[in-house]
Amino acid sequence: MTTSTPTETTEPQTGPEPAEDTADVGATAVRRTRRKLVLRWMGMPALLALAFGALYLWVSGQELDSIEKRTLNASALTQRVIEHLQLAAVSTLIVIVIAIPLGILATRRSARYVAPVLLALGNLGQAIPSFGLITIVVLLAGVGFKSVVFGLVAYSALPILRNTMVGLQQVDQTLVKSARGMGMSPMKTLLRVELPLAVPVVLAGVRTALILNVGTATLATFFGVKALGYVIFQGIQLDRTPVLIVGAVMASGLALLVDYLAGVVEELLTPRGL
Amino acid sequence: MTTTDMPQATSDDAAGRAEPMIRLDKLTKRYRGQSRAAVDQVTMEMPRGEIVVLVGPSGCGKTTTMELINRLIEPTSGRIYLDGEDVTTSDPDALRRRIGYVIQQIGLFPHFTVAENIGVVPKLLGWTKQRIGNRVDELLDLVGLDPSDYRGRYPKELSGGQRQRIGVARALAADPPVMLMDEPFGAIDPITRERLQNEFLRLQQQVKKTIVFVTHDVDEAIKLGDRIAILSEQSHIAQYDTPENILSNPASAYVEDFIGSGASLKRLNLSRVRDIELATDCPTARLDDELPEVRRRLVESDWSALLLLDERGRPQRWVNARDLDRTSVDLRTAGLPAVATVEPHATLSDALNEMLTSSAGAAIVVDRSGSYQGLIDFDTVMVTAKSIKRDSTEYYRAAKLSGAETAG
Repeated sequence: MTTSTPTETTEPQTGPEPAEDTADVGATAVRRTRRKLVLRWMGMPALLALAFGALYLWVSGQELDSIEKRTLNASALTQRVIEHLQLAAVSTLIVIVIAIPLGILATRRSARYVAPVLLALGNLGQAIPSFGLITIVVLLAGVGFKSVVFGLVAYSALPILRNTMVGLQQVDQTLVKSARGMGMSPMKTLLRVELPLAVPVVLAGVRTALILNVGTATLATFFGVKALGYVIFQGIQLDRTPVLIVGAVMASGLALLVDYLAGVVEELLTPRGL
Repeated sequence: MTTTDMPQATSDDAAGRAEPMIRLDKLTKRYRGQSRAAVDQVTMEMPRGEIVVLVGPSGCGKTTTMELINRLIEPTSGRIYLDGEDVTTSDPDALRRRIGYVIQQIGLFPHFTVAENIGVVPKLLGWTKQRIGNRVDELLDLVGLDPSDYRGRYPKELSGGQRQRIGVARALAADPPVMLMDEPFGAIDPITRERLQNEFLRLQQQVKKTIVFVTHDVDEAIKLGDRIAILSEQSHIAQYDTPENILSNPASAYVEDFIGSGASLKRLNLSRVRDIELATDCPTARLDDELPEVRRRLVESDWSALLLLDERGRPQRWVNARDLDRTSVDLRTAGLPAVATVEPHATLSDALNEMLTSSAGAAIVVDRSGSYQGLIDFDTVMVTAKSIKRDSTEYYRAAKLSGAETAG
């Protein structure tokens, strides 16, 4: 201590900081945002429950003919939703397993040259219209679940790949230097510092890919997997407005629900302190 | 000052001395595609338990030199010896766990709590949870932060000064013999920086680490360094010596230019208030003393003013004879407030600064609890400044002479 004011000399051990107050304010702010988070988490489910409830009441009030009944019954619709979710989930999981390691690889010093190649491939997959892309795959491999999943994977690889790369690149390099300087191996630095700090960006990519897949999976009906696209397509083909509306609302509602759930997961998985 | 403070001549008489903690032997870093080496054949020794400051203009290679020591940058040629052991080709991760490391941005991991941040190296070394926890609390105490309050915080819930302290605690975690610090106080406001520097010196008195400290601020170098290496381009050592000698006898025009014109004022950073004799004959009295007694003490002294202390001996007011002669005297408000207080730790430069800003003509020296120890006046400061210069000049000449003898 050089100069001494009375407050400092009375408790020199604690070394009071002028900015301590702001730090406490920071802690309270964290608590407050948690509360806000809970409020925000309630909004979307309420809205969706309302929409589905209204849809149900409206359909129940309609006189359904035999054709409509064949599509609009609980077991058939549940089956469609399951098919739809299976497509989206399987393709997204495969993309995660492929694109995240590739994204990590592309940001390693020793393998930097692969980055442009990977990005070019990813861009190619996304630039081709999804309908066309799946058609090509089906032409090559025949109709069915696997072909559709393959098409979806090619279509949605880019967001995860790019976000993994960006997420890792935006990690403050002084933190990496600090980790290495303390004796963390490159692998430990990746696992304990780089990846946790990239999590928010990577998850945003996963969420985008998931939404793309949920949306694009409606096209699967043309390639041998019914899913929710089938309901919409039936509505159009057979000129049954209730069927069309149920298909459309369910497809959109499902996309919103999945997006919402992905958002919740994103917030939960984001490391505290960020 | 004694002759042990003298710079040690280069390694030709190494036999008679203890092995330095760090020894760099013709250490060179040449980046691919560049004709000039970034660091060119640096040879230097860093003695045990001392703070060695590498200082130089930006781009001189001081940070590169430091990062060569823990091999964040691999040297192109030359050797690094840590405590006598050649570590030039040993496992870099294991090496770095033996060397504390603090960078300017501190580099606390935002997703780790304070405790997790401090525990990084102990965890790498495989300590038990219990032992890490105890060590974290011990270190938080050491840097003056209450463990129960700060252990679980995240870096964003800390102020800049607190982050800096955690950074130092983290570097000390596994009790490494050596610490590397790259402008650790660089990004902190001047007032906090001053305080952290003083805390850092006090901490070093306790932990006695061998510290390599990089800065571009020559004042910081003088204040903190036991030894300063002034570097020019390619990390060439322009002068490597104690701050006293560098200020008194700059080795070249470059060094002179670098330390700047305020060398005599800078010298005041080298002596501390506790090193000089305080004036203790100034009359003092307690705030609750009887007025006639206070008057008597002032009259009986040679001084024109008397210092009033509170019940715990802390300076409160300056009063002169006229203040005491007024009709109704309340000692608590009489005269002028007693400002310009310094602690024994403070440098003479700090004391002078206090005097000038308070226009008091003398600084009041208090101990850490704030109670009165004595006075230090302007003349004392000046006399001391002159004598430092004379002393160090003499030592420097003596050193040169003996150096010439060994060489011849």
